[in-house]
This record gives sequence, C-alpha cells and structure tokens, in this order.
Amino acid sequence: MISEVIPTLLHSVPVDDTWITFDVNSFTQNFWSSTFDGLTFGAIYALVALGYTLVYGVLNLINFAHSEVFITGCYGVFFTLSALNFGPSAPRLGFWAIVGNLVLALIVAIIASALMAVIVERVAYKPLRQRKAPRLAFLITAIGVSFAIQYTIYWWRGPSPEAALTMFRPLAIFDVFGTIVDSQQVVIVIAAIILMIATDQFIRRSRTGRGIRAVAQDPDTATLMGVNKEKIIVTTFIIGGILAGAAALFYVMKIPSGVQYNGGFILGVKAFAAAVLGGIGNVRGALLGGLLIGLIGNYGQVLLGSSQWTDVVAFVVLVLVLIVRPEGVLGSSLGKSKA
Amino acid sequence: MYRKKVISAIAAAATLGMLVAGCANQTAPSGTETSGGGGRINIPAISKVDVPAGAVLPAGDGKGTCPSTTTIAYAGAETGPNAQLGINIFNGIQLAINQHNAANPGCQVQFKKFDTEGDPNKATGPVTQIVSEPDIVGVVGLPFSGESKATGNIFEQKGLVHITPSATNPSLTKNGWTTFFRALGNDAVQGPAAAKFLTDKLQAKKVYLVQDDSDYGIGLGTTTSQALGSAMVGSDKVVTGQKDFSAVISKIMNAKADTVYYAGYYAEGAPFDQQLVAKGFTGSFVGPDGVKDDQFIKLAGDASSNSYFTCPCIPGELIPSFESEYKKLANAEPGTYSIEGYDAVTVLLSGIDKGKQSRADLLSWVKSYDADGLSKHYKWDSTGELATPDVYGYKVENGKIVPIGVIGK
Repeated sequence: MISEVIPTLLHSVPVDDTWITFDVNSFTQNFWSSTFDGLTFGAIYALVALGYTLVYGVLNLINFAHSEVFITGCYGVFFTLSALNFGPSAPRLGFWAIVGNLVLALIVAIIASALMAVIVERVAYKPLRQRKAPRLAFLITAIGVSFAIQYTIYWWRGPSPEAALTMFRPLAIFDVFGTIVDSQQVVIVIAAIILMIATDQFIRRSRTGRGIRAVAQDPDTATLMGVNKEKIIVTTFIIGGILAGAAALFYVMKIPSGVQYNGGFILGVKAFAAAVLGGIGNVRGALLGGLLIGLIGNYGQVLLGSSQWTDVVAFVVLVLVLIVRPEGVLGSSLGKSKA
Repeated sequence: MYRKKVISAIAAAATLGMLVAGCANQTAPSGTETSGGGGRINIPAISKVDVPAGAVLPAGDGKGTCPSTTTIAYAGAETGPNAQLGINIFNGIQLAINQHNAANPGCQVQFKKFDTEGDPNKATGPVTQIVSEPDIVGVVGLPFSGESKATGNIFEQKGLVHITPSATNPSLTKNGWTTFFRALGNDAVQGPAAAKFLTDKLQAKKVYLVQDDSDYGIGLGTTTSQALGSAMVGSDKVVTGQKDFSAVISKIMNAKADTVYYAGYYAEGAPFDQQLVAKGFTGSFVGPDGVKDDQFIKLAGDASSNSYFTCPCIPGELIPSFESEYKKLANAEPGTYSIEGYDAVTVLLSGIDKGKQSRADLLSWVKSYDADGLSKHYKWDSTGELATPDVYGYKVENGKIVPIGVIGK
C-alpha cells in the first residue's frame, strides 16, 4: 500500500479549480432525458434487486454471488446472439427474425442464470445449512463464491469486455417535452415492470408463493405445516435467477459492450442498495428501490456535472433514507405480506 | 391456475417487448455510412510517409559485443482493459531486439516484459522489481501517463534510463526527473493540433469535449479546450470503467454539437461512440492516441465509421521495411506506437553496441543522443522532450484506421 501511495503524494494530482459545482441549468435542460434513462436503468436494477430480496426474505442471507448469477445471464445472451451473427452493428433482419432471436437469447440467459443460481445454492449454501453454520459463515461464503465465479470468467474470457452486441436500432417512439423516448427504453421499462408484477402476483397468490412466504415468516413452523423447505429455497433461487437472466438481456440491450467478467459487480451493488432502499425482503420495495436508485443517480450526475457523481449521490441518498427509515421505504415484509 | 396466469403474463410482456423492438428495427435506416445533416468532410488517406535516409537501425554495424546478461525491459500493459496499446509497443520492441541479436552475434541482448495492466496503482510493483534487477540497463516504458507519473521517482532514484514510447501528459517532464525521456510529442502539442484539426479540417462549429479521469485525459482535455476557445460548446467528464454514457449523450444532443472530442482511452471511448451513434448523433467523433486502435473499431462496430483520431504517432504501417517485418513477428499490422517502441529501443541498443553497458553510461548516451530513427529525429532537451514532433491525423475507412497526414507540429 505504502509504495502505491508515496508516488502520488510526491506529485500533485491535477484537479480542476473547483471540485464541486451545481449545474442547475444543465439539470433543467436534461431533466426529462435523465428521467427516462434513470427509469430504464432503475428497471434493470429492480429485476436484479428482486433476486437479493427474495433470497434474503427466505434465508436472511445476502447472496453476494447474485451479481455473478446476473453476469452468467449476460454471457448467455452474448454467446447466443454471437452465434446468431449479431455484432457491434445493428442487424439487418426482418421483424420476426429479431423477435425470434431475442426470445431465444432470453431463454438461454434465463436458463444460464437460473442454473448458476441453483449451482451456487447447492455448492455453497446448502452444505452450510445442513451443518448449521453460523450466519457469518454464509456471508463470507457468499463473497467467496462471488469472487470465485468472477475470476473463473476472467481466466476463461480475459480482462477485456466482449465485443458490443447491438440487438436493434432504437427508434424514437414519442416526444415528451422535447425529449425523445426511444423503443429501447420503452421495451425495457414495460417488460421489466410486467415481470415484476408477475413475480409479485406469483408470490402473493400461488401455492409455491405461499410456501415462500411461510418459510420467510417462520421456517420451522412452515416445515411442520408440510412445506418442503429445501424445495422452497431452491425455487426462490430459481426465481431470482430467472429475473436476473431477463435483466441480463435488457442490460446488454442497453449497454452493448457490458459483457465483462466483473461487469455484474457494480450493478449488483446498486441492485442490492435498491433492495435495501425499498425494504429488503419486500418485493414491491425492490421495484421502488430500483427505480429510485436509477433516477437519483442520473439526476445527481447531471446536477453535479460529472459521471463521477452517479454512485456518490445514489449511495448518499441511500444512507440518508436509512437514517430516517432503517427498514427501507416500504419496510421489509416478505413474510408479512397479505395473501 | 395462478401459475398459468403468471406464465401468460410473462409471455405477454415478452411479446410486447419484441413487438416494439421489431418495429424499431424495421423502420430504422440501414447502415451508418450515410453522413448526417452536418455533411461529413472527406479527407483523403495518405499512402506514404518520408523516412529519414540515415535512420539508425537496430542491427547496427554487426560488431557489437556485450555480456550475455545485458537486459532491456519493457514495463507497461500486457493485460488489462487497454492491453492492445501495450501489445503494439512490445511487439515493436521485440522486433528491434530480434533484428539486433540476429545481426550482432557478439551481443545477445535479453528482453524482459513486466505487466502493469496500464494501472497506476499496479505499476509500482513491477517497476520496483525492474530497478532491483542489476542486469536491466535500460527500459522502454511506461506507455500511459498515469502509471508514468506514479513510477518516475523509482527510476530516478536508481538512475535507470527509461524512454516512454507513448505517454503524452505534458507535466511528466516537469518533475525534475533526469531519467525520463519521451519519444513523441506531448499533449501540449497534441491538444492545439487536435483543436486546429477540428475547426479547420473538419470545419466543426460546435465541439463537445469529453474527458476521462486519467492523468492523460485530464491533461489532454485541458490543452485541447484552451485551444478550442469559443468553438467548444460544452464539456463533460466520464470515469474509467464507465459503461453507460446516456447522461453525457443527452447533454451533447441538447447542446446540438456537431463534433465530439473524447480525451481518454478506447475502453471507454468505444462504447461511448457506439451509444452516441445509437442515440442518433450524426456528427464526427474524434479521439486521441489512446482511442486510436483496431480494438476501438471492434468494440464500437459500425458506429466507428464517424471517427477520426489525432496522434503524435507516425504511421508505421506506411514504412514498408518495418511493416513487413512486424507482420512476420506479430501476425498483425503495426499498431499505434509500434514504431515508437521500435525506435526507442533502437536508441538503447545502439548505446549498448557502443559499449555503454552500465546504467550510468547508457543514461548519458541517451542524454546526448542526436540521430534519426525510422519515425523521426531523436534529440532530447534537458527535461526529456523532443524538439519538433509531428502530430498525425487518422480516420476510419472501411473498418480500418488509415492515416490522413500531418495535422500539426
């Protein structure tokens, strides 16, 4: 460490004259465009956040490897679309050809992510559960698994991002106060929200959903009432994996060059923050938290005039909200939600 | 029953999504080759450069003798997000050393590579290792400005001469270092040359300047914006590793900029240009030496056809003798700074052949060096800067980077 710090100390770092400025003019000018982009990213964060929230609700475990479940889905999308001859340039294909290809990529991504989620659960968490390991052991294992997967991908694919994959050329759909909303944003936000409503309804209404809520509320009683706890846990990981796989497709759609060994890390941290902000364990909270993190980050970036501020602003707001509402905006309540 | 509902809801979502996606593609214009409303300027490519007649070559006179332990090192990126810029350089070095050793049976110089990943935080380790190996008498590196700044003192303390083939931050020669030499023009030259290129050759009226957070990006951004003056309509910053540029792009679109200058590296520049074009930007994208690499085209795809580059580097691919030999070794065309790496190590090799085989001797050899290399004349002032280095312009043509001539001195 010291040897890294000293050279920096010896030479003054070039910085701008003013290190913080508020650009209100730019904020008002770019308000709508940053809103729409914020919502688009928020929708992706929310899908990933659901994976954190569900697992936390059921196991009281922060599954740090969930960001790798997500990036596995991204590689699923990448390999499928590469095999289908997609590349950095928008493909010149007909309407149904693109629909078919994207559905195929979605299915592969979902399978890849869900499979990775189940593998993580079986290899890393189940043995600990059977041996009644303390809570801390799970946490450390989660971090360890996350790094293990990340660097396995590094070893396999190298440090550079994969070549960009453009799925379709975004087209202006409508105009809000002079700002264009494009097809990409509409697709991502609508599809993500529908997926989240479906998940919410599934948890609230289906038999398996009831099982998930029962285990979240009281695992022992649930087991006595005939709920197969192990099956419920695996199902929870699978649902998280499916949503992460879908998020992967939308993420690559939005960021065509985002497929990289550590590409899930920051996104995972933000999605986890979204889950906490909305109220961890709360499905609707994940949606709200995701959209809020997306919006706040983008607003902060425009207001403060540099991308360097996106994460600073998002996390400062997270801390402030948690000071006022330690349980998150909507409170943590997977077990308590009404059927 | 509910499960069925859920599945049908998901199916509905997917279908809706794909519908919109499909529509978008169907009605979108095909190809980006057509220039936007701004009317892109066509600047023809050049096909040859002048090579100094009496250029010093690595082979020398073939009579060099040196101990078999004599070693030259390369320190810089071999891996990492901008690895290709380093690979171009050490292939150039390797070529020069191979030619030298083939011609001089009495002097077989060893070549060692040390990976910094181009990261200032990681560079101090390998450099400390280099200076502690007594057999290493000269170094080519480090390629990037941030890592050069972080390690210059280590070289200075051990009196080890190092020639950077590509670090362009002007402040590097203002640290009082006596062991640092720059084999190309710095950004105090490149910035104004870029500004002139933008406003004269590309006839840009509204330039938007975006810089990254590296020493290189900040330095080049500053010199370029000063030279641009009123032609600059706005500026913004991005961070290393950034993937989403939507906020910057909406500012650029709102400012109605006709040209974007990006001071940074290709790892961020490529996705930036790709997203810029995807959002409907029809103007030109101009990047500096850190962006000028085939990786940029690979990562940005068709979007890169709107791109130009400024670079204090000489197009080595236009020097036939160098190009063919390089191709044999690296199985690729010479890249950005391949020839600078080749020339820099040639300066060191010619010293070793002349018997300058200790660190102190080789350092004073470089200090008083005054001769032509393949790419330019090498004679450094007391701070380690060259006298009148050229800045070249490049453009993307049919998916390849081609030179368009000297744009400034």
